[in-house]
Parts: sequence; structure tokens; C-alpha cells
Amino acid sequence: MALTPEQVAHVAALARLELTPEEASLYGAQLSAILEAAALLEELDVSGVEPVGAALAPAPAMRPDEPVPSLPAEQGLANAPARVGTAFAVPKILE
Amino acid sequence: MSVDLSLLEAAGMLRDGRVSSVELTEAALARIQAENPALNAFVRLDAAGALAAARASDARRARGEARGVLDGVPLAVKDNLLTEGVETTACSRILRGFTPPVDATVVRRLKDAGAPLLGKLNMDEFAMGSSNESSAYGPVRNPWDVTRSSGGSSGGSAAAVAARLCFGALGSDTGGSIRQPAALTGTVGLKPTWGRVSRFGLIAFASSLDQVGPMARTVADCAALLQVMAGPDAQDATAAPVQVPDYSASLGRGVAGLKVGVPREYFLPGMDPEVEGSVRAALRAYEQLGATLVDVSLPHTKYALATYYLVATAEASSNLARFDGVRYGVRAQDVKGLRELYVRSRSEGFGPEVKRRIMLGTFALSSGHYDAYYARAQKVRALIRRDFEEAFRTVDVVACPTSPVPAFPLGAQQDPLQTYLLDVFTLPCNLAGIPGLSLPCGKTSGGLPVGLQLLGRPWDEAGLLSAAHAFERAHPFTEAPRARG
Repeated sequence: MALTPEQVAHVAALARLELTPEEASLYGAQLSAILEAAALLEELDVSGVEPVGAALAPAPAMRPDEPVPSLPAEQGLANAPARVGTAFAVPKILE
Repeated sequence: MSVDLSLLEAAGMLRDGRVSSVELTEAALARIQAENPALNAFVRLDAAGALAAARASDARRARGEARGVLDGVPLAVKDNLLTEGVETTACSRILRGFTPPVDATVVRRLKDAGAPLLGKLNMDEFAMGSSNESSAYGPVRNPWDVTRSSGGSSGGSAAAVAARLCFGALGSDTGGSIRQPAALTGTVGLKPTWGRVSRFGLIAFASSLDQVGPMARTVADCAALLQVMAGPDAQDATAAPVQVPDYSASLGRGVAGLKVGVPREYFLPGMDPEVEGSVRAALRAYEQLGATLVDVSLPHTKYALATYYLVATAEASSNLARFDGVRYGVRAQDVKGLRELYVRSRSEGFGPEVKRRIMLGTFALSSGHYDAYYARAQKVRALIRRDFEEAFRTVDVVACPTSPVPAFPLGAQQDPLQTYLLDVFTLPCNLAGIPGLSLPCGKTSGGLPVGLQLLGRPWDEAGLLSAAHAFERAHPFTEAPRARG
């Protein structure tokens, strides 16, 4: 299927990406081509097929429910682009 | 020169006191200094950390407290594995300056085993690519021909191992990212069963497909690395509680009586004739070693590419949502509100291939399209896994080419869809969750390595390593690349 410019803009907004007009037109064409190739899957009858996840193990991994120390706040904040005290600082969300 | 030794040969010399870990580490660092500018395999060195670990290893050995085969052997890891105190970026601009507070579990296990870690290896941005050209640090150059790609996404790991910059390396494999670069550089790479190795501290790309695995110059070296990496981890519930066998002990078994499946769907009209020739010769070699070749069919192979690109991008769009400029990584400046902070940080930080895949995955998961794309792909995935289950009822391993082509020129891949086709032989293994290994089986007339891929039953890495070892013993691939350009 070919994506319309509106669909490309909608997907970019959902993905929190801002595309230049050139990027929007390039990605629009490339995604359309990829989705067209993906249409191959439509020829398969998958009714009654249960989707699979990844796990192959016979049993899930379990561990004792014992509290362990978390990462200290200073270490957790060490890579913060901006911080206030022991919190990550972000622009105001309410005016 | 000591850097030309295999990992286990270096370990043997350490054990016999003929070389020290500091000597090995200094030799590797000198080699990196000489060769890396042409190859771009390492994006970051930790010479001080590696030498400190080497000194500690030598001191342990002097006290008679050496820890095991890896103790003192310098290794390196792909840049999507967290290393405490050493910058880790997954070769993306958006993580520039990110210094992890913890080690990935696999990194921790290598350190605990005594291996000095030389630095971080180049890769496609967030492991999205097959040529290493999407790296924010520029492409890796293939040591066999520096005008050609090392493959990807673990291109730095493969090139570093091939060029003798380290004795072994860790890579990650979501759709072939260990096996394809191994094939293109004449090295051995193993993608373990999904769940065999902890992913704690692996920067996630597609969680239902990602696995960490070893890359080295010999099968036995990979076995030694996997031994240390494998097994459950309290920090990763997906690392399965499955018994880890003694991989090195399983190597001498030979292949007499082994049933090797040859899937007809993996020999395509468009593939490189010299690759096909090398792989067919390797199959005959297995027969001569006493194995039986069995024609098998994996009928849903042709659907793997589309299935992969829907599943992997959907998961990537979700996993990469965490890169928003708030807690780590690069934050866009002069933004007006929180939404603009997200949008601008991501738009400035991600490269084109990552944006393309996030877009595709977001679309495949979006309202109104989920059933037609993502849900359908997960069902086709079940059919692909069933193909392998069926084949493994009659054969012990499946043997086929790793890549349809040898190393291709840098800059040759323009159209994303054509590039994705390079992965057709490696993707089904990830979708099925089974283990896969690539080992060198010859060279083209142009002097480029060719990889043979072996696929096995879930949890049967020992069987794969054993089958690979039998071929390697009969047809050793010991030639070192001499970079040409």
C-alpha cells in the first residue's frame, strides 16, 4: 500500500519525530515499498495459527522475592541532561 | 607475534607462564593503534582499564589463583553493551556522552573471568543495519579489503577479531548481526538460542529477537566464551533456567552419523556463484567426514524477510521510545515544552535508518493497521518456527550459506529494501529463536571469505559447536587478512 503524505505525518507525530519535507517524501516512498513487499504475507492462510512469542524455555525463570538495593539516586542521575536536586528537570508541562 | 594466537593459544601461553596478560594487552593495544585508523573497528579504547585488569590478572596468576581460560586474555565488546564507567552509545548520536552506572551481565561475567576489556566496538546505529554504514562513527572497513564493508551490525567486533586487534569479542544478533559480519570477515560467530544468554545491559533493539553471542577466530574460542556468558541471570527473567553443558568437552565428538539438513530454499538463483560453490564444497566435506546430507524444505523461508521487518521494527519503535532527552543522552536545546523536547531530541539524535525503522514499526502497531501487519506477522512467525521443528525431526543440524554474497563495496547499498535482502538467510533463525553459527568455509577468487551457516535445535549450541569444530579441524581457516585497498 502507498502511504499518503497525511499518513506519513501522522506516523511521524506518533513516533515523536519531526521530518523535513525531503525526509517525509523519502520515507513515505521507502515505507510504501516495504509495505508493498510485506503484502506477500497476505497470501498465507493464518486462520487458526496461534501467534508465537520468543520464549522456548520449558519453564520461566524465577528468583526469590528478596529486596535488593536499587541504584543510588546520584548514580541514576549522573547522566541527566538537567536535574533539580534528586529529580530529572524537564520543561514545564502546565502553563 | 602474540596477537596472531587464537584465544585458547593465548590462554595456554598465559597458563604456561610464557607470556603475561600485560604483554598480551600491550601487544593488542599496539596493534589497535597501528591498524584501527584504517579499519575503524574500535570507537573507544579503555587502555587504562584494560592494563589495570591485566596487571590484576598477572598478580592472581603469580599467587596461583588464576580463574579460568579467559583470565588475562584481552577481549572487546560491541558498543551496545553497557560498560560501567566507559561511555556506551550504541553508535548513535543520541547517546553521546552516556556513561553507564552498571555493567551488562555478559560484560560483568567476562570481567569476573579475568579478561581485560580493550574498548568498545563499532556497529550500525542501535544494531540496525547489515553494512555498519549507519554508525554515527562511520563505517567499519573490512580487513580483507578496506574498500568493502565488514558487514553488520556487529561489524566492529568481526573486523577487530579478523584483524587480530583482540582475541575474541561480543556481538549481538537480532537478524544476523553476528553471523553475517563473521561470514564477511572470515571469523566464527554464534547466535545462541533466545534465552541462553542474559540481555541485562544490552541496549534493546527488538526484544523477542535480540541475543548476545561470541565472535572469535576459532570454534573452540567461541565455545570458551559462551561457557562464561551462558546461563540464567537474576537481572534478566528471559535468561532461561536451562542447564549449561560443558561446551569445550563437546567439541571432539566428530560428525560420523550426523544428519545434516540442506534446505532447498537457501540456494537461490540470484546468489553469488562462488558463495554457493564454497558452501556446496563444505557440504561435501561433511559427507567425507561421515555425515549424511538430507534434503529438507523450510517452505515459509520466503516470508521471513517481511515478517522480520514488521516484528523487529514494531519492537524497535517501542524500545526506542525511551530515548526522549529526559534521563540520559543528548537533549535538544532551547525547546519550548516537553513535547518539543521529545521531538527535537529524537529528530536530532537518531540517524536515517533508525528513523525509517521507527516509522515503519510505529505504523505496523498503529490503530487500524495492527491486525493486518504486526498480528499477522506474529502468526507467520509461528509457521517459520514450525518449519524448523519439522526439519529437526529428521536432521540434527541445518547447513546453508550465511550470506548470499561476500563482502560488498562500501556505499553500494542504496535502496533499503535491497539492503534488507542481504539478511534473507540469517533472519529465520532469529524468528524461530534457534541457535545459529557462521564459520569460514573458503574464499572467493577475489580473496574474500565465505561463511557456512549451521542452524540447530533450541538449546543445542553444543551440537552446533561440535559440528563446526569437525569441519574446522579438517579445513582450518588460519590465514590472516592483509588489508588491501
